[in-house]
Amino acid sequence: MTQPLLSTHEVDTYHKTTLGFWVYLMTDCVLFSALFATYAVLHQNTFGGPTSQQIYDLSLALAETMVLLISSFMCGLAMLMASRHEKNRALVLLGVTFLLGLSFLTMELHEFTHLVQEGNSWRRSAFLSSYFTLVGTHGLHITCGLVWMGVVIGQIFFRGFTPHTFRRMSCLSLFWHFLDVIWIFIFTVVYLMGAK
Amino acid sequence: MNKENTTTLWHGTLKEYIVGFVLSLLLTLIAYFIVKEHLLKGLLLFSTLGGLGVVQAVIQVFLFLHLGKESKPKWGVVVFLFMLMVLIIIVGGSLWIMQSLDSRLMR
Repeated sequence: MTQPLLSTHEVDTYHKTTLGFWVYLMTDCVLFSALFATYAVLHQNTFGGPTSQQIYDLSLALAETMVLLISSFMCGLAMLMASRHEKNRALVLLGVTFLLGLSFLTMELHEFTHLVQEGNSWRRSAFLSSYFTLVGTHGLHITCGLVWMGVVIGQIFFRGFTPHTFRRMSCLSLFWHFLDVIWIFIFTVVYLMGAK
Repeated sequence: MNKENTTTLWHGTLKEYIVGFVLSLLLTLIAYFIVKEHLLKGLLLFSTLGGLGVVQAVIQVFLFLHLGKESKPKWGVVVFLFMLMVLIIIVGGSLWIMQSLDSRLMR
């Protein structure tokens, strides 16, 4: 497939935007590192409430990890198709990414409601407050990512790949891969290290 | 004129994505089975899990996020290294201070 060449100006804008977005991702990383530090300090302060060993469902956490990892992989493939301007394939792969992200969010919300219904909400102890803040912040990022992905899918569907839509999709894919990297640490530090 | 098309703007290749995906999958499953089957205990368990997590993160940062593939000057790498420094100070510093406080206050 032949591709339109981008002008010097468009290439310049692309590099500036992706670098700017990368700087945002790194500051987000600092935000998460503060939440991880809080969790690491408070995870044994259960105040008579349940400990991490009693409430974590390790197989559900593994399922969440797998779904998010596959979603991240699909997003990468979609980006590969986008760089070759294969619109339909890119849209299908982005759709799969979206659905996997949505199922990840559903599993996480299921886990949260289950905990709250049993009386183990963020009010119960310092451990649960830090747990909900850390995992919830990641969930909030996923939610924003899904809304953004919906917008990008719509733009690509109606306008095809222009320098603008391609640039937006590049930033989105950076965001999505970044959230998967954060989840590796949540899975390791919170679920694996907190399990029996 | 410095004209490019989008294939040269995006650095990913199919091989990189597949290798990154398979390695991440393996590392996740290894870590899961170590915990599920109670293969290790204590400090060894924590350092192994931490190590596996860091290796997986490094793999994804290079193969999925394409760190360091940009043309010079590599500002992305500079910002990344700065973030690492802040991260180590925040996490390491918090744990160190709180642990030392804990041992002084609780006998």
